[in-house]
Amino acid sequence: MTVTSIPTLQAGRTVLLGLSRVRYEVKTYFRQGDSAFFSFLFPLVLLTIFSVAFSEQNLGTEDAPLSAAAFYLPGMMAAGLLLSGLQNLAIDIAAEKGDGTLKRLAGTPLPVPSYFIGKIGQVFVTGILQAAMLLVVARVAFQMELPTQPEKWAPFAWVFVLGVSTSAILGIALSGLPRSGKSATAVIIPIALVLQFISGVYLGFSQLPEWLQTVASVFPLKWMAQGMRSVFLPEDFASLEQGGTWDLAGVAIVTAIWLVVGLAVTRMTFRWIRKDS
Amino acid sequence: MTTTDPVVRVRDLHKRYGSFPAFDGVSFDIHRGETFALLGPNGAGKSTTIEILEGYRNRTSGEASVLGVDPGRGGLEWKARLGIVLQSTGESGNVTVREQLTHFAGLYPHSRDVDEVIAAVGLVDKQKTLIRKLSGGQRRRVDVALGIIGRPELLFLDEPTTGFDPEARRQFWQLVEGLKQDGTTILLTTHYLDEAARLGDRAGVITGGRLIDIGGIDEIGGAESRVPIVRWRQDGVERSVRTTELGLVVARVVAEVGEPQGLEIIRPSLEDIYLQLLADHAAGEAADLMENAP
Repeated sequence: MTVTSIPTLQAGRTVLLGLSRVRYEVKTYFRQGDSAFFSFLFPLVLLTIFSVAFSEQNLGTEDAPLSAAAFYLPGMMAAGLLLSGLQNLAIDIAAEKGDGTLKRLAGTPLPVPSYFIGKIGQVFVTGILQAAMLLVVARVAFQMELPTQPEKWAPFAWVFVLGVSTSAILGIALSGLPRSGKSATAVIIPIALVLQFISGVYLGFSQLPEWLQTVASVFPLKWMAQGMRSVFLPEDFASLEQGGTWDLAGVAIVTAIWLVVGLAVTRMTFRWIRKDS
Repeated sequence: MTTTDPVVRVRDLHKRYGSFPAFDGVSFDIHRGETFALLGPNGAGKSTTIEILEGYRNRTSGEASVLGVDPGRGGLEWKARLGIVLQSTGESGNVTVREQLTHFAGLYPHSRDVDEVIAAVGLVDKQKTLIRKLSGGQRRRVDVALGIIGRPELLFLDEPTTGFDPEARRQFWQLVEGLKQDGTTILLTTHYLDEAARLGDRAGVITGGRLIDIGGIDEIGGAESRVPIVRWRQDGVERSVRTTELGLVVARVVAEVGEPQGLEIIRPSLEDIYLQLLADHAAGEAADLMENAP
């Protein structure tokens, strides 16, 4: 459906309605209170648990000690991207398919891209809040030294923006996978969980066997986590990565490829409703 | 499309699920400003017909045109002219009545005033309540409100008053009468025949995937089925006569027995006529089966 086929509807309507959807989606997200809110706070809860549980341990080297909070912060940042985007949207949209929300929208003149803008906007808002809370807790509760140089925050910004976008689009693409709204959590959470375990979120990536690292390198989460490590870990830790460097070019390329894959799958598979179901 | 063209035009519509026919060869028109009631038992194909016209389902064969557009290919501009009240909804409802209506009003180019619509569906006291906290009947009113918020030219009402208390139903009838006065064309399905009789201009009866009768709401079923019944008791025995000459019959009874006991004149309601139509159709089907049996 192109804008040219709807001459009497105001131009630029797709974006305006998209922004109106962002407000609507953010409002309803925080009113759910249960599952979505849990995935919102989850990285924060885990960061706290890990930081407290391993508070006596040095997770760096003798020369360059590293607190548990500092060690886990990049992973939790990456987990936040995955949970706010992929997990949240895949489950949310599958549920909206199941409960008739999409059927109702399908009967209105709301353009599909406006709906997506609303969902992605919601992921950006919650993702930014989540990242901000992680930084505050790491700094205030666990006295972690955050980077002060602008050259660290620039990669943080683009890894975050690219990561949130890719994760959100993949969430929309995966929302077609569960066969019903009720099965959505059971289908999506294991996918997200496995990715988190093999991508260096809960387990140190350098401690995984070489072949598993290679498998994880196919997926975007490993690269998002690596991008976050480049921001928050000391320079020396780059030698522990698979190529011995932070490889930010790799981070950008693999994540962007998944963004394109997600867009293509969404374009091919997303329908308001399954006709004749 | 000119103003004399029907708003909805259906010709020889067929729908099959695999080899199972949902309905076969349904044809009807709905004219501008008219309220058309589609009646029939559960599973007769009413909702499938409506959902094809709303663009939710594909037809197997036949022609359909809604506001001059093939509903299988309707774009956003087309949807902006429709109002849809689906048979059932189960959204999470984490918005208030007012928030939901304000948001949906924003989707349409010429939407109605939110306050007016909230008042029209009788939810002024509940406008700041989250939709999930409303009762079933109140949620249904929100569905109706969302259906009319965009000032539709054509409104689909699929069993709109299910779960309404009698007062809410009367209020809804007034709302629909107001919409009719504004010139809205309406396609209504309902199991309440008094509702169909009150609101409908014409009706179609669909059963077993066939349209078995169609006509004005006071013509459907034929003149015969509308002949009133005079009923009274005579010597403890109930007597009844079907007649169009009510006065004469009553006068004759009075001349014969004096003031009759339990005298009643019964005009068949739409419900009586409808049930008779279905019964006649079932009897006809059974007779056909017997004839064709080996």
